[in-house]
Amino acid sequence: MGTETVNLLDTELRALNDRLHHLDLSKDPSHFVVEEPRGKHNIACGLTDEIVVDIKGHAGYYCAGMNQRATLTIHGNCGIGVAENMMSGTVRVEGSASQSAGATGNGGLLIVNGNAAARCGISMKGIDIVVRGSVGHLSAFMAQAGNLVVCGDAGDSLGDSIYEAKLFVAGSVKSLGADCIEKEMRPEHLKTVGALLERAGIDDVDPASFKRYGSARKLYNFDIDNADKY
Amino acid sequence: MSTNENGMRESDLFDRATIHEIQRAAREGMYSIRGFGAKRKLPHFDDLLFLGASMSRYPLEGYREKCDTDVILGSRFAKKPIHLKIPITIAGMSFGALSANAKEALGRGATAVGTSTTTGDGGMTPEERLSSKHLVYQILPSRYGMNPDDLRKADALEIVVGQGAKPGGGGMLLGQKISDRVAEMRTLPAGIDQRSACRHPDWTGPDDLTIKINELREITDWEKPIYVKVGATRTYYDTMLAVKSGADVIVVDGMQGGTGATQDIFIEHVGIPTLPAVRLAVEALQEMDMHRKVQLIISGGIRNGADVAKAMAMGADAVAIGTGALIALGCNSPEHEEEYQKMGTSAGFYDQYQAGQDPAGITTQDEKLGARLDPELGGRRLANYLRTMTLEAQTLARACGKSHIRNLEPEDLVATTLESAAMAKIPLCGTSWYPGCDQGTF
Repeated sequence: MGTETVNLLDTELRALNDRLHHLDLSKDPSHFVVEEPRGKHNIACGLTDEIVVDIKGHAGYYCAGMNQRATLTIHGNCGIGVAENMMSGTVRVEGSASQSAGATGNGGLLIVNGNAAARCGISMKGIDIVVRGSVGHLSAFMAQAGNLVVCGDAGDSLGDSIYEAKLFVAGSVKSLGADCIEKEMRPEHLKTVGALLERAGIDDVDPASFKRYGSARKLYNFDIDNADKY
Repeated sequence: MSTNENGMRESDLFDRATIHEIQRAAREGMYSIRGFGAKRKLPHFDDLLFLGASMSRYPLEGYREKCDTDVILGSRFAKKPIHLKIPITIAGMSFGALSANAKEALGRGATAVGTSTTTGDGGMTPEERLSSKHLVYQILPSRYGMNPDDLRKADALEIVVGQGAKPGGGGMLLGQKISDRVAEMRTLPAGIDQRSACRHPDWTGPDDLTIKINELREITDWEKPIYVKVGATRTYYDTMLAVKSGADVIVVDGMQGGTGATQDIFIEHVGIPTLPAVRLAVEALQEMDMHRKVQLIISGGIRNGADVAKAMAMGADAVAIGTGALIALGCNSPEHEEEYQKMGTSAGFYDQYQAGQDPAGITTQDEKLGARLDPELGGRRLANYLRTMTLEAQTLARACGKSHIRNLEPEDLVATTLESAAMAKIPLCGTSWYPGCDQGTF
């Protein structure tokens, strides 16, 4: 596994992404280091190969967007929509993430070592998200599938209009959104949380400290008597 | 105002349809949800006429001289713009709202005449990809079924900000249409009402949209044309903002545009008609010196070649059809009258697309009903309809002396009503005036 370093001060983003999109892994390196990202948008989006990418600094919007198979680490903070619509692979943010982290993700694992802002996991469709810190308001809005594990606190309206995603929060929840309720933490849920914490490299948070939240499934089909809940 | 046989007057305000709706609401406690588009009378292309050739204009021979119809979409930034043979495209309609056979039929019909069809909420089905030579992949707020492999398989991408039937509203697919296949594609349980968000989850305004468009370009290596679709409301500004955001193509959908399921109150009371929307979009493009550089597709109530030709004369590069295409497949056909009657409706009135019981097998997920639509036959009918519309538009263009439909121009048109003159800024017949212009400046 050779390593190739790309410095975004002297390489255009288009050239970097083009390189990452057209690799021949029989001869090309499978580890890339991106230096001087300086908050550029759309870094390493649309990857499809099993490669490792280290981004040495802060990234802008949609870093690792729609990722498939690749393992990326952002050694800094990132902007809106990190790993949006990710299908598979792993994305780790060593700092904090802006809004809509992991939005609409279908699979893979997103780890945020710092905090994630509003709408973390919005419309998530199967992705697993582990946040070491806290998440902002309307996180897991209309979340359909997957797991959101928050070691810190959750802001207002957690899981508003949630479908079948599972939410686990160790700290406080400012408020729950429409149709989101606290649910029993059963042994299989402890196992799920424990496994995700382990994959995220978090070994100092006890899975037993989490509470589980999910859909009450009362708004799945419209009922006029529930009109004031919408 | 109508009167009955005894000379009694019916209220214009509380007419029978209004009384029926009030009593239905009182009985069911729920707003009316339906398909189709706006049913109210609105100023439309029928209120415009072509002047045709005369002493000062030279017509082209109808059956001999060439009148081209092709259009290139996405030439601003995309490495691979789409080259269509006719300027009539098929608008986005989802698998879920429509049956798999209907989607396949749309693909077959569009491909037969060299035009494009479009996915919808819920993602791309293999059937429609296979049957469509040019397929536009919609990126909607819900991102149901969205995946990068399909993104790369598409020929163009369309970011949907809104649609004419419900600008500012999200989508809904009621539980009765959520079959196992639809549910799986959308990662949701079968049988529940599926709400599609009204806002995109990862961008909130034109500055964000610029970055989002660039992300999509990066993911697809700048190959695909990127459309931005808006429901017609503040069309002048929306067009400008879409251009600023980097769109290759702007799609403006007037309030007559169809829907699979929307509140009746939304369909009839939000948005502006297609007629002023075309003019506003063209004005915005011209002001930015982007007319013909960023292509404009107009939809919302396009029914025949006259509508096509008039939209293009006002400055559109192409049009999109939805409701007309479904009607061509057999929606509202009298051959299903007996079944329509059982549902309390009739051919020509059927709009219950949300219920999923369409006897024509188009707006349904019921396998038996869906199987009634033969995709080959449906495709042939759609192709015939598209060819007819194209011939009609060519006929009008030739009569105006144009060797390409795109060469039609506003000066070929006059308006028959004050409203249409004002909305389209086309002079009233027999005058050189439209409301708002200084006398004699046109």
